[in-house]
Amino acid sequence: MSTLQRSTRLAKWVVSGPPLVYLLFFFAIPGLIMVLASLRSPGEFGGLAPIIDSAGSLDLNLESYARFFEDTLYIRIFLKSIVYALATTLICLALAYPLAALIAKSPPQHRNLLLLLVILPFWSNFLIRIYAWMIILGPQAALARTVNAVLAMVGVEPVNLLFSAFAVLVCLVYVHLPFMVLPLYANLEKHDQALLDAAQDLGANAWQRFWRITFPLSLPGVYAGAALVFIPALGIFAIPDILGGPDDSLIGNVIKQQFLESRDWPFGSVLSIVLTVAALALAGLAAWVGARGQARETARA
Amino acid sequence: MALLEIQDVSRRFGDFTAVDQVSLAIGAGEFFTLLGPSGCGKTTLLRMIAGFDLPDGGTIRLNGKDLVDQPPEARPVRTVFQSYALFPHMTVAGNIAFPLQMAKTPAAQIPAKVAAALEDVRLTGFDKRFPHELSGGQKQRVAIGRALVTHPTILLLDEPLAALDAKLREEMQIELINLQKEVGITFIYVTHDQTEALALSHRIAVMNKGHVEQLDVPSRLYSYPQTRFVADFIGTCNLLTGLVRTSSDGIVSLDVERLGPVRVATQDAAVLGTSGAIALRPEKICLQAAATELAADNRFRGTVSDFLYQGDVTVYIVTTAEGAKIEALLANSTAGRAKFFEVGDHVEIGWPVEAGHFIPG
Repeated sequence: MSTLQRSTRLAKWVVSGPPLVYLLFFFAIPGLIMVLASLRSPGEFGGLAPIIDSAGSLDLNLESYARFFEDTLYIRIFLKSIVYALATTLICLALAYPLAALIAKSPPQHRNLLLLLVILPFWSNFLIRIYAWMIILGPQAALARTVNAVLAMVGVEPVNLLFSAFAVLVCLVYVHLPFMVLPLYANLEKHDQALLDAAQDLGANAWQRFWRITFPLSLPGVYAGAALVFIPALGIFAIPDILGGPDDSLIGNVIKQQFLESRDWPFGSVLSIVLTVAALALAGLAAWVGARGQARETARA
Repeated sequence: MALLEIQDVSRRFGDFTAVDQVSLAIGAGEFFTLLGPSGCGKTTLLRMIAGFDLPDGGTIRLNGKDLVDQPPEARPVRTVFQSYALFPHMTVAGNIAFPLQMAKTPAAQIPAKVAAALEDVRLTGFDKRFPHELSGGQKQRVAIGRALVTHPTILLLDEPLAALDAKLREEMQIELINLQKEVGITFIYVTHDQTEALALSHRIAVMNKGHVEQLDVPSRLYSYPQTRFVADFIGTCNLLTGLVRTSSDGIVSLDVERLGPVRVATQDAAVLGTSGAIALRPEKICLQAAATELAADNRFRGTVSDFLYQGDVTVYIVTTAEGAKIEALLANSTAGRAKFFEVGDHVEIGWPVEAGHFIPG
């Protein structure tokens, strides 16, 4: 083996080594621990029972999995979480697209400032930002009073904005919006103006230029943003905990409850595994639908 | 009546006047070229015809109708962009079908029209390819096919061959000439490449600093440039400048610095004492060894100070005793040609009065 080949191989390991180690320690090993925990029995006072029981045999079972499928409650919470996460993703997309397009179209010297404004909220603590929404949506705040005044005029009972599905959804969108804006911006910023000029020259009006040129070319950014919003939104627990009502518990809350309050680690692990599998399955489905859509576009063209 | 009438069109960007009161009339079926160096306003003028830019003054009329209210998508004018601007997410067929779909062509008719356009640009069988799977020349043809498929009134081409290598460019030039003849659509072609302009065009407008210097057919533009700029820009040219000393019987004698009196035939009236220039093409100069006597109206002696061997021809730079530099071109296949000249060779150069072209001013 030549020196060059050896140094190329060395370079490969130097570059890919740290991420591999990172994934091993923070993804693969915890994942395996979680799978193992899901098969063990809960301890009498929380945590896990010893893996070798008093009779001296290995204590691995599927009881926690059975419990998950026996009660439709958990499945229903899962479906509700998926609906919330999907709604969050779609609303984020609808809000982020014009914003990202605006930033991408603004003069280069303004773009960095506008991007900074998008990520500025990250500079304050996540929980503090959620608590801030308690004030904004609170019954004494201007927003709730205005809404209820308008409702009173048309003869509708006053509503509570806080501790509701509305509050949860608003905050979910607020928290995740930058994760949609950034990949969309990164994509839209690269678009070639000549393509839009060509489309216009070939007879496309503004709407046709968007649907036939800009939007299809921005799909990689849309997919990236959707994944960055959907997956964390699916597992979130802090927002429903703080801003939601009693019916707004999502799967993240249930998992947190299993680990911190019920102290049933095996069942919590089962829920976590189902969440991970569901997220991967939905991401895979989205990728498949996307690829099929592209194939159809190709066939039509 | 001309198909496209451009009247007193101006376009300013701040203090810079990109297009300055340009008037042109372009006929149906014409291959018309806007030629000039970068920044001369030719692309700005093209963008105003396409509708991407609007004139600050003047009018652009198509078939007698002012185009000012029509956005680019409504004008029966198509552009072939320098970067081709093919849609990367659509196949070749998808790209060519795009303008048909925009024009609400019934879906059933689209495949036949796409196939016909592909045949026009010699790309039959490439319909399922994506732009990134094509070579530069093929992309160029797709762009032209896409622009022609809806049979526009005018096709605008913005330096379409600039990105191709020399050999391919020549092939595409021939194809463009044939295509234009075939489809009969008016082509307005923008380029800074004078050989391309001479080869392709029926008529050429040479532009400089926002205005048209000369509008003519290629052969007249080359032989009878009206301004020093045109003489210098089109091909290579010896520009001999000086004051008019005598003028009689259609022969003007110019006192050229470091060369002496040079005589040239002209039909223009030349005023004694005014300045003028003689445009003299290198291929019209006779070049011989100093020992022989040239029978020519203008004769000078000098030495070869440089030469450029170009295969078919050799360009010699001859420096006279006073230091004037004259470029002369000799075909390497000239009959009876005994030897190539070397640097330092003493030579005699000469040309008849008809060889030069007098430019007053």
